[in-house]
Amino acid sequence: MAPRQRGATDPAGERELLSAGDVARTVARMAHQIIEKTALDAPSAPAVVLMGIPSRGAPLARRLAVKIAEFSGVEVPTGTLDVTLYRDDLRRGPTRPLETTSLPEGGIDDRLVVLVDDVLFSGRTIRAALDALRDHGRPRAVQLAVLVDRGHRELPIRADYVGKNVPTSRTEDVAVLLDEFDGRDGVVLK
Amino acid sequence: MNPLLLKGVLPYGEGDPVDVLVRDGVIAEIGAIDVDDVETIDGNGAVLLPGFVDLHTHLREPGREDTETIETGSKAAALGGYTAVFAMANTDPVADNAVIVEHVWRRGREVGLVDVHPIGAVTVGLKGEKLAELGTMAKSAAGVRVFSDDGHCVHDPLIMRRALEYSKALDVVVAQHAEEPGLTVGAQAHEGEQAARLGLQGWPAAAEESIVARDCLLALHAEARLHICHVSTTGTADVLKWAKARGTKVSAEVTPHHLLLTDDRLSTYDPVNKVNPPLRATADVQALRRALAEGVIDCVATDHAPHAVQDKDCEWSAARPGMLGLQTALSVVVEAMVKTGLLDWRGVARVMSERPAEIAGLPDQGRPIAVGEPANLVLVDPDATWTVRGAELASVAGNTPFEGMELPGVVTATLLRGRVTAGRIPA
Amino acid sequence: MKHLLSTEDLDRATATSILDTADNLKRALLGREVRKLPTLRGRTVITLFYENSTRTRVSFEIAGKWMSADVINVSAGGSSVSKGESLRDTALTLAAAGADCVIVRHPASGAAHRLAGWLAKAGTSVVNAGDGMHEHPTQALLDAATLRERLGSVEGRRIAIVGDVLHSRVVRSNVHLLSALGAEVVLVAPPTLLPVGVRNWPVTVSHELDAELPSLDAVMLLRVQAERMHGGFFPSAREYSIAYGLNENRLGLMPEHAVVLHPGPMLRGMEIASAVADSPRAAITDQVRNGVHLRMAVLYHLLAHEEETS
Repeated sequence: MAPRQRGATDPAGERELLSAGDVARTVARMAHQIIEKTALDAPSAPAVVLMGIPSRGAPLARRLAVKIAEFSGVEVPTGTLDVTLYRDDLRRGPTRPLETTSLPEGGIDDRLVVLVDDVLFSGRTIRAALDALRDHGRPRAVQLAVLVDRGHRELPIRADYVGKNVPTSRTEDVAVLLDEFDGRDGVVLK
Repeated sequence: MNPLLLKGVLPYGEGDPVDVLVRDGVIAEIGAIDVDDVETIDGNGAVLLPGFVDLHTHLREPGREDTETIETGSKAAALGGYTAVFAMANTDPVADNAVIVEHVWRRGREVGLVDVHPIGAVTVGLKGEKLAELGTMAKSAAGVRVFSDDGHCVHDPLIMRRALEYSKALDVVVAQHAEEPGLTVGAQAHEGEQAARLGLQGWPAAAEESIVARDCLLALHAEARLHICHVSTTGTADVLKWAKARGTKVSAEVTPHHLLLTDDRLSTYDPVNKVNPPLRATADVQALRRALAEGVIDCVATDHAPHAVQDKDCEWSAARPGMLGLQTALSVVVEAMVKTGLLDWRGVARVMSERPAEIAGLPDQGRPIAVGEPANLVLVDPDATWTVRGAELASVAGNTPFEGMELPGVVTATLLRGRVTAGRIPA
Repeated sequence: MKHLLSTEDLDRATATSILDTADNLKRALLGREVRKLPTLRGRTVITLFYENSTRTRVSFEIAGKWMSADVINVSAGGSSVSKGESLRDTALTLAAAGADCVIVRHPASGAAHRLAGWLAKAGTSVVNAGDGMHEHPTQALLDAATLRERLGSVEGRRIAIVGDVLHSRVVRSNVHLLSALGAEVVLVAPPTLLPVGVRNWPVTVSHELDAELPSLDAVMLLRVQAERMHGGFFPSAREYSIAYGLNENRLGLMPEHAVVLHPGPMLRGMEIASAVADSPRAAITDQVRNGVHLRMAVLYHLLAHEEETS
């Protein structure tokens, strides 16, 4: 497929916001930010774990872990946290298939959990994730890393690490494409 | 009674329309009739048949008047084209003595819509242990001519043999509900693929066939008459053919539902389809139709069995078996036998009127449509259809398996000895 | 999905989806302090059991409670049922009282289907926990889940079901489900315990257990149910056990990887030898454990979505 021009509008009404290269750079930058803010490479470092929220939060978490290891030499345990069972809107649609939950090695008790998701929107997914996390144990602290923050929060939730802020209207849709799922990397606005 | 003119009717559905004048309870004239001042029914080319005779009906009185009475049952019968019905003995109390049968007889006459002939039990209380007073019942005012423990099988071979022998002197017929009880303990549905799939205890065909075979042998041996109720299996039809070929004096009936419905209907577990003997497989339905057409099975009998809502609107195993049949019989026979080309209207007359009357020994029913014969007649519109609704039927109960079905053949008028008992009453 | 009445209604995709949900629920609960999920909070689930059963009822109760539903148990023999109240009236009463879901076990085949019909207007979901000789869908699902866990997959596997096929609802549910999932099913029983028409089922039929053992990936033993039989199905318990009991010898005739399942309760010494029941090849306790997650998954699929308007 021919490389897309950043900002070009697709005949389907899509506009590319981040190219594959942009995504890689953004993830690298976020990795640096996490290392810095959590000081996970310091001798008295708190134990940090990454929990990706399926679907796309999971590969993002793994990529961040790879970059963090590359830049700091620290291997951060990674897991996935399915929030489907904690959603507040299950009865508004058809049956949602569950995703996988797997706790990172060593669990989450007394650790600094960084939740990882692709897009932050109303904040309800993160609210569900916090509830899910609470039933798994007692982290020392919880932070949030998202690739895209598109605004329109409905709950008092904010991200600690944001890849890109994308102001949108409610009717627009922001999609994060990842090679693991979509065959290529990118962020598009529909 | 006033004379009645039936204009433009087709006796046995044959030939050109004729007019039939009925006077003093008999057929007075057949031909092109122009008379003034006579009540007239416009036949409009309707088929004229002898009034139907049902050898097997449950009128539930005495005992279960919440489901049917002699009055409501008579209404249903007349609407179905019947001029005579035989009321089974499994009432409460059982009709095993002259008192009960005379009550049923009298009540039927009081209502006057159809000739109700009580059937007497073969054994006391239907228990199968001791013969009931067949002679007293036969000689009573009720004039019982058919005896049956229907609902139960006379399964003790010695009792059955004695009943057959004893019946000879009375010139009556013993009608057997053929079901070997040892093979049907807990049975719920025909022992076949459907019951296996649905987890319903099976009622094997052999339970019916083994008794039919046994009783045919006993009847031949005793030179007595035997009648088999509600034949339901291919095997029974085969046994009857064999028995008749050997000269056995056996007759047999089949219900309308066994000519049309199969155990495919069981998937919904709706007990409106639960009946004894059960609905069987397609092959059985085909075999029964052929046997009826060929005369191996002599006649159609409804086994009309009204049941209360609470006995049907429940889980399958808790439901009582039985289906309504009087008002839908003709239509189902048309659907299963006439439309398929297996019977013409003469054949319908034979299986629904002439043969049953013969078997029961009724001198005034199932007679030819001819001058001088009793005017027990039924007019049928062969082309009309109607939709069956249990709630609209005359029976107190509404348990019809044909609910919602559109069926062919509508009874437009029934005459009992020249009097209109159902249908278009002339203005 | 509105009801779970029989596995005959489940196509491969739906069945697999339920099994996957059960898997994910199992993983979601792993290592947790709080073994509770909020998903069915505020939903009312009533178990209506007309037959004695501790294991199935407790399994459903735990499943409902771990999903935060309010679970109430009604057993016939207590209260109005023993006063002669009909099944229909009992069910309508429960629906009117606010049940979102009724889990029913009843000795009459078809009872769950009839219940679903009577409760259609109230919109209550019905789960068949065993109706007479007809079906026991959650048992078959948990059996399939256990087979998946132990063997890796069900597709292409050869599975024998041994015992009283005629009267068993477990068998009927398993035959539908295992065939839908692509397994090969062999039914092993004396002729008296096989239903008429079994030859038309998607199975192979055999009267010789020993001949089948070497080619099996799993064997499922059915309890020989004394209370359902009217006698005459086989001469004696001893003869049955000799011909069809899974003893240690027979276990040895099976491939190494093959597993043994039993829906329980077991009659040790009859259809299964004690040593076999306790061996690591037997997955019976796995079945019970999987049963809870499976039933949670079923409740999830029935109750955690938009209300269907029929």
